Amino acid sequence: MQYIDPHIHMVSRTTDDYQRMAQAGCVAVTEPAFWAGFDRSSPQGFYDYFRQLTEFEPRRAASYGIRHFTWLCINPKEADDPAFAREVIELIPSFLDRPNVLGIGEIGLNKNTKNELIILEEQIALASKYNQLILVHTPHLEDKLKGTRLIMDAIKRNGNIDPGRVLIDHVEEHTVQEVLDRGYWAGMTLYPDSKCTPQRAADIIEMYGSERIWINSAGDWGHSDPLAVPKARLEMTRRGHNRATIEKISFENPRTFLSQCDKFRI
Amino acid sequence: MGTAMGEETFSCPMSREAVVDTYFIEHRAKLIDLAAFLDRVDRARSEKDGEDFRLTAMKRAIAVLLDNQPHRARRILDIFSDHTTELPQTAAGMKGAAGAARV
Ligand SMILES: [Zn+2]
Repeated sequence: MQYIDPHIHMVSRTTDDYQRMAQAGCVAVTEPAFWAGFDRSSPQGFYDYFRQLTEFEPRRAASYGIRHFTWLCINPKEADDPAFAREVIELIPSFLDRPNVLGIGEIGLNKNTKNELIILEEQIALASKYNQLILVHTPHLEDKLKGTRLIMDAIKRNGNIDPGRVLIDHVEEHTVQEVLDRGYWAGMTLYPDSKCTPQRAADIIEMYGSERIWINSAGDWGHSDPLAVPKARLEMTRRGHNRATIEKISFENPRTFLSQCDKFRI
Repeated sequence: MGTAMGEETFSCPMSREAVVDTYFIEHRAKLIDLAAFLDRVDRARSEKDGEDFRLTAMKRAIAVLLDNQPHRARRILDIFSDHTTELPQTAAGMKGAAGAARV
């Protein structure tokens, strides 16, 4: 069975990971721009990162038969300095017509500050101006519930964004219902110590259904698992879920959402 | 769109017996880990007055486990969540997420 990992930071992963993902059935990944684990010292650092995401990483993935797509933005953790963030945002339009760029992401909030919110609103406006899909990062742990609501309110305030073109990622049991009820797509991130386990992701599918929801590994430079998606599929198989449901959340749903951008082809 | 199915609607395809057979040992281990963690906290000398806000939240969360109401995971996540509405201007000087809202 084929699968898509729609949120994984491959620049932080090894070729062994690409190989194991390909062997497990991965046919495409989408990689949002995010925090590198340290703050970049200049907008030029982001320019180089955007080149890596749009030029080098797709070639690396292709050698394992995996299609690589990406999302560009300044991530919320580095967006707390509005002047700096605006210099980075100015770089983004010149990359939007690159063949593997699907939209703006992962934008959102980190510590739910006014500064982060200002830059979030400006990046929502950027997506609106260039008619881009949006991938949203929601804050971790105790900040998630408040941050998720603030983000959905900010998107609504823009007035020009169809929620069906926005994926709100890292949902958990306390945020998933509201995200779906407001018409957004929801992403469950399978992370070893925080966010969701494969078991809880299967629980959430059982309680909230399989419409407009996907799973991803968000594999990155920290403790994370690039094979989390096939592990969640195994968990659902073990419980007796049918093949159609498993394929829907790990292949069909990502394909449906991402195909709203003409550049997405697998 | 609409309401979540409750646990009571039998949305898990396994039988209840199979769920217990499959997951009991794993969650038994997690429960003992939690007990040992609380014992460890008690055996360590405190350098501050009062209980850490994270432990207070955890004890409220543990009570949810035994109330026999649905959606325990969601309600525990709610207990750990920040329910304030004001926003700080900047994250400068703020610590990372602690896992429970400071009260
Ligand atoms: Zn990410």
